Amino acid sequence: MFDVERVREDFPILSSEVHGRPLVYFDNSATSQKPRCVIEAVTDLYTNHNSNIHRGVHELSGRCSAAYEDARSKVRGFINAPRDEEVIFTRGTTESINLVAQSFASAYLERGDEVIVTDMEHHSNIVPWQMACERSGASLRSMPFDDDGNLETHLLEEMLNPRTRMVAVSHVSNVLGTVNPVKDIASLAHEHDVPLLVDAAQSAPHMKVDVQDIDCDFLAFSGHKVHAETGIGVLYGKSEWLEDMPPYQGGGGMVGIVKMGGTTYAEPPLKFEAGTPNYVGAVSLSAALDYIASLGMENVAKHEAVLTEHMLESLAGFEGLTLYGNAPLRCPVFSFNLDGIHHYDAGQILDKMGIAVRTGTHCAEPLMDHYGITGNVRASLAMYNTVEEIDILAEGLRKVQGLFA
Amino acid sequence: MDIVEIQNEIVAEFSVLDDWFDVYEHLIELGRGLDALSPEHRTEDNAIPGCQSNVWLRMGMENGTLKLEADSDALITRGILSLLLRVMDGTRPEEIMDSELFFLDETGLSTNLSPSRSDGVKNIINTIMGFVRNHK
Repeated sequence: MFDVERVREDFPILSSEVHGRPLVYFDNSATSQKPRCVIEAVTDLYTNHNSNIHRGVHELSGRCSAAYEDARSKVRGFINAPRDEEVIFTRGTTESINLVAQSFASAYLERGDEVIVTDMEHHSNIVPWQMACERSGASLRSMPFDDDGNLETHLLEEMLNPRTRMVAVSHVSNVLGTVNPVKDIASLAHEHDVPLLVDAAQSAPHMKVDVQDIDCDFLAFSGHKVHAETGIGVLYGKSEWLEDMPPYQGGGGMVGIVKMGGTTYAEPPLKFEAGTPNYVGAVSLSAALDYIASLGMENVAKHEAVLTEHMLESLAGFEGLTLYGNAPLRCPVFSFNLDGIHHYDAGQILDKMGIAVRTGTHCAEPLMDHYGITGNVRASLAMYNTVEEIDILAEGLRKVQGLFA
Repeated sequence: MDIVEIQNEIVAEFSVLDDWFDVYEHLIELGRGLDALSPEHRTEDNAIPGCQSNVWLRMGMENGTLKLEADSDALITRGILSLLLRVMDGTRPEEIMDSELFFLDETGLSTNLSPSRSDGVKNIINTIMGFVRNHK
């Protein structure tokens, strides 16, 4: 049984006040709040165990190394990856995608090749590919979406061709909340022997993400969006790719033998983890995944479905409000504009009422271009949000309208 | 009125406002009163980077004083721009250079504005000051 009030008690920040009002935190797509167990795991590590990992001869180093590798196993379980070695720790989704874009591109991308993304991607799944294409002489193509926020996947069939080297798609749109049919996209791409990278930054906090079920070749997500610390992220990659791809960065920890005449590299995942990794972040991620598991992701999803329904009902009847995206399958991310009111003005007033939303382009300018807007207001919810908070937002929006009337 | 008197007037004007709601209401009202910049001047050259809303500044010199026009697509930002215009438009560059810009702090606007907006205001002021320095 999912008791949202009890869940809220696990997150110290949620009982705080902002501008004298109880905090309504609706900026979860940007970053999520941390439960006490995550905060305590970090404190405990620094208080009792801290030491650099791997190759350490002493007790503390052994403990931290074990905790780091244990976190890797936990992530493997979280995304149902076949092997621990297929889980690479990074700084976050952005670095994960950059790792693939750079390493994959240097091995397989040539002049005249093509990479396919979509018009609804976050900039972090566009710009790394633009950079890779620029370096290699490949070109970037983009799959459009309709006004409801559904990818026009029927176009993918004709976009895929013998020069396509990669398809990179977000699992869930960070603006529209659309859950994209990544499983279908994977099977279509694979029919053409093209690998698929899935940006799971916005899906991992809300739903069971199963890399074997999707059958993606790469998948990236961020720790801080699943209630862990910032600065830790994950890249899953199928072994066949990771073994073949060249390292992304050079340094300690990623080598076999180093001679001035040449160096051999460690096997994955260490090949892609140069330098001291963020082992504290990994431990925080481990604690966060334990926390989610203790609640049950299916219970989280059920609670969030109730929130989604309530939000859609509340926004549907809202006069003078344009909601962007109306996909049948969605996560609790809602973006909208109030007629005649700049999103930044609206966000500013909501902030004064203790309601934290995000305004602007949400790092998705091509998506904004689709709707012909310069930005919008985004309310993104998480497992600890409540129906009452949605009503507070609706009330806040009415006040904003009143102020600008 | 000189630049100090104008600022004192603004500070007095805001001091009677009871809470943030009234402050924003007033800014919105000021924003509505600001003359729009004609579309041909809403250019990339006139745009101020680092603002979350679009902000355009058109600056020139007229009879030895600063001629300042400004616009934004956000109303609250327009309100702030109208205050900056009140203080700086038609003022001699030397006077701007020699005076302190205190009204944002003393009205409480700099703390009331969100950090990103106050960064944006800083960019606007820096742009104006850069122009003024080159034209004193």
